Amino acid sequence: MIQLENIIFLIVAGLGIGLFVWQIRKIRKNILMGRDVDLTDNPSERINKTLLVAFGQQKMFKRMLPAVLHLFVYVGFLVINIEVIEILIDGVFATHRVLAFLGPVYSALMFINEILAALVIIACVIFLWRRNVTNVPRLASGVEMRAWPKLDANFILITEIVLMFALFAFNIAGLKLVQMEGGEVAGSYPVSQMFVNIFGDNPTSLHIIERVGWWFHIIGILAFMNYLPSSKHFHIIMAFPNVYYSKLLPKGKFTTNPAITHEIKAMLDPSYQPPAPEMDAEGNPIVQRFGAKDVEDLTWKQLMDSYTCTECGRCTSVCPANITGKLLSPRKIVMDTRDRMEEKGEHPAIFAPNHYKELGVERVQTTDEKTLLRGYITPEELWACTTCNACVESCPVNIDQLSTIMDLRRYLVLEESAAPASVNAMFTNIENNGAPWAFSPSDRFNWAEDLYVPSKN
Amino acid sequence: MEENKRLVKVPTMAEMAANGEEPEVLFWVGCAGSFDDRYKRVTRSFVQILEHVGVKYAVLGTEESCTGEPAKRAGNEFLFQMQAITNIEVLNAYNIKKIVTACPHCFNTLKNEYPDLGGNYEVIHHSTFLQQLINEGKVKVQGGEAFKGQRITFHDSCYLGRANDIYEAPRDVLAALDADLVEMKRSRANGLCCGAGGAQMFKEPEPGNKDINIERTEEALATLGAGSGVIATACPFCMVMMSDGVKNKEQEESVKVFDIAELIAQAEGLSK
Repeated sequence: MIQLENIIFLIVAGLGIGLFVWQIRKIRKNILMGRDVDLTDNPSERINKTLLVAFGQQKMFKRMLPAVLHLFVYVGFLVINIEVIEILIDGVFATHRVLAFLGPVYSALMFINEILAALVIIACVIFLWRRNVTNVPRLASGVEMRAWPKLDANFILITEIVLMFALFAFNIAGLKLVQMEGGEVAGSYPVSQMFVNIFGDNPTSLHIIERVGWWFHIIGILAFMNYLPSSKHFHIIMAFPNVYYSKLLPKGKFTTNPAITHEIKAMLDPSYQPPAPEMDAEGNPIVQRFGAKDVEDLTWKQLMDSYTCTECGRCTSVCPANITGKLLSPRKIVMDTRDRMEEKGEHPAIFAPNHYKELGVERVQTTDEKTLLRGYITPEELWACTTCNACVESCPVNIDQLSTIMDLRRYLVLEESAAPASVNAMFTNIENNGAPWAFSPSDRFNWAEDLYVPSKN
Repeated sequence: MEENKRLVKVPTMAEMAANGEEPEVLFWVGCAGSFDDRYKRVTRSFVQILEHVGVKYAVLGTEESCTGEPAKRAGNEFLFQMQAITNIEVLNAYNIKKIVTACPHCFNTLKNEYPDLGGNYEVIHHSTFLQQLINEGKVKVQGGEAFKGQRITFHDSCYLGRANDIYEAPRDVLAALDADLVEMKRSRANGLCCGAGGAQMFKEPEPGNKDINIERTEEALATLGAGSGVIATACPFCMVMMSDGVKNKEQEESVKVFDIAELIAQAEGLSK
């Protein structure tokens, strides 16, 4: 029978889901600030990539221990969500364990669920240990790892542990009640069975514990879902589209700007007719900056990258510049992009976790400019990049840190002519000598002089 | 042994076109291969191999110009496209179909970035080219025993490896030598950059606590262990950075840096 409890549940669930949708729409709007880019080609290759890299966690397995622990949490998340669906149905229709009609399938599901929930707790405790006790360098240090990212990470882990405990409280109390009543237990609960007597045998208190566990778990999940858009943990959703839209071309291929091609062709051949520029809604030609100064100069995929980042720091830990003490940290580039996007665009978060910039007292000499370049990311960082693609290779969710670095660098060079002097000298050499060094083009073939090979006789 | 060698006349595209001929493959020498004294030796070794196997090849000679790669990595898309469009005019005028180059930076740009601008060629890196010659039995590496017991470690070039997923070709080439190949901890997709890519070759490093090439050289030296050994490279920038690193560590007497083409030319008895 539907009671007040079910109506309250319906309202709570409706509010939780509605708030989440509202936040997602804001994030979508932020991402669409970016330039358009067509990434709808090769759907089958994209689906394969998504299955391997996102669902299959392929790139996580470059580091075995975190990969296995993360797998527990990831599979736990997927499977336990089936129980959440049941909780939603039970909550709305006043049923109890509505999926129990599945019989042995349900038993197996609950069995796996309990094992996974226990593994999630173990994995999260080890993750907390790695972050706060052993201080794994990529998690604990770096100019971008300030108060908020650290708090965020710990908060997520603790929440996950608490949610799992709520689930166990619900299962244990329910199990004990059924056993005391001598009824048939729907499902199989190996972990709860071990602790079945932990809450005593008072039916009233057991019933309260069962209800509190149930409510706590579901409200916890709804609250956590609404926390995601403010958090690095948003990767659990964004990883899938981000991998789907990842770069399918060789990593060495950088983008070509067709506007520049038209300009050069017109320069070399006065009869060349460049295509008419694209017009905006008012019929004015759209003039795009060369390279990127701010978030709207990046593509929507580059902006999506920043919502996908879970700040694991694999990119930074393999960056040759970062390893040797330079300021560049690919993770910071991605995190800065997200912060700037939310400063400039919509604030999808319920709260504004912008602690990270205000605490900037380290070596990053940002200015007061309200742009991604200089306001967040300094030329020193950009010029430290060797374009080696180690960051891109290392990212488990296919973020392309390098493309953002390159677009910012392009703005420095093409719009501001602000390259280091020696790089400008290299440009001049290429222009004048057709080589990056100051050699005469007429000497280019001198290497072939006095060259011998053994004769074949 | 003077009577047993012949002078090589490296054929240019201009001469070939004048005779109405087309080469099987154009050898794109690159700026380092043309001007850098150390890398000119790699160019010469590779030409010796081409001559030895009798491939019909040609070079552009003084008609070659920078691909524009360093400009592009430095963010100067305008200068890059100027260079690229001009080069593509030359290449297309000669009806070039296949290009081999000993520089991964030229390779990547010609292969991946020229098609957008109208330059469509089959482009292969010299490591793949040498691998094919060995597989086809055209290069037998009979003198490979000279490397017996020699420890060699291969340093992956970013623009060959991660940028284009070529990891095995240079290793296959080295495997043809009778040497003891050892891998650095950071190799293949996890290889550490030498520090020269992205136009770093042409500037001072940004402030930090170490130079990248020193970090990488230390790893290579530790992998080779005590005594002599070879750091094998397949890129002119890596060659410079690793050689400088070895010098910095004062190991240049015992540890040599060679390009894979030089090692094959030596083993084949083509260069002394």
